[in-house]
Amino acid sequence: MEALRLDGNAAAGLLSEVFVGEMTTAVGTCDGCGSAEPVGAVHVYLGAGTVLRCPHCEAVVMKVVSDGERIWMDLRGLRTLELVP
Amino acid sequence: MWPETDRVKTLALDVADWPGHRAGQHVDVRLTADDGYQAQRSYSIASAAGGPRVELTVERIDDGEVSPYLTEEAHTGDRFELRGPVGGYFVWDPDPHGGVLLVGGGSGVVPLMAMIRQRAANHDAVPTRLLYSARSWEDVIYRDELERSRNHGEGLEIVFTLTREQPPGWTGYSRRVDRELLSEVAPTELALTFLCGPTPFVEAVAESLVGLGHAPSRIKIERFGPTGG
Repeated sequence: MEALRLDGNAAAGLLSEVFVGEMTTAVGTCDGCGSAEPVGAVHVYLGAGTVLRCPHCEAVVMKVVSDGERIWMDLRGLRTLELVP
Repeated sequence: MWPETDRVKTLALDVADWPGHRAGQHVDVRLTADDGYQAQRSYSIASAAGGPRVELTVERIDDGEVSPYLTEEAHTGDRFELRGPVGGYFVWDPDPHGGVLLVGGGSGVVPLMAMIRQRAANHDAVPTRLLYSARSWEDVIYRDELERSRNHGEGLEIVFTLTREQPPGWTGYSRRVDRELLSEVAPTELALTFLCGPTPFVEAVAESLVGLGHAPSRIKIERFGPTGG
């Protein structure tokens, strides 16, 4: 699994479809361990969907699936997200 | 478009209404087949900001879906679907009072080259050192330009390590980027590190840098994976 690890930069294009403002510099707080990191520094795994994990505790902070028309997001692992719109 | 090495080509794209970019950003390129099948990959922008032209440097991954097309099949005049510029974390934004270390493995040098070009375009004096790990001298992307910058670049130092094969008379490094090598080329007083390459490369380098006393928050990383291309 480690070999397939990318980082938040790889999710930037997809997230720009959803959020206003630059997402890789937005700071997210992990609901699992409370660590805060820029989205650019979180771990990302690409498969059928995009999974973002905390770089400290590897808890899932965000799951995003797109079928080209709709985007589905699960944000329950993300306590807060701070960004400049 | 022009070749950089046997496996790597640079494509210059004219993008209408290009909003400009920052060195280190990438674009997402999407190809759509006749049957509607789509494949998308991210490619770092190699050129400095300015003007409507965007240069992408693409390494051919033989079993990839997008890179063989871009490097072998694409012709001047072809049109591509782009999303971008993307990213704001892994971008050239140096503290003028601190030095910058750029560490690239293989085609991980591409966004770092955009930073070197941007630094030159800005007449930026921030001391900058590039450590570039390639398999052989023939695999070094932007070889001639880096050699020229090395001789004329004010405050820019370039250190190569060639991990598999070295030309006769090679006096540079000839091994993987390990902790000992980093202790020689990566002084901890450098304020910021940009590190880009395949995931195992960047994770090993980041771990060594942290072990040498670099603050993790001052190491910006961009990984690319084996499933890319």
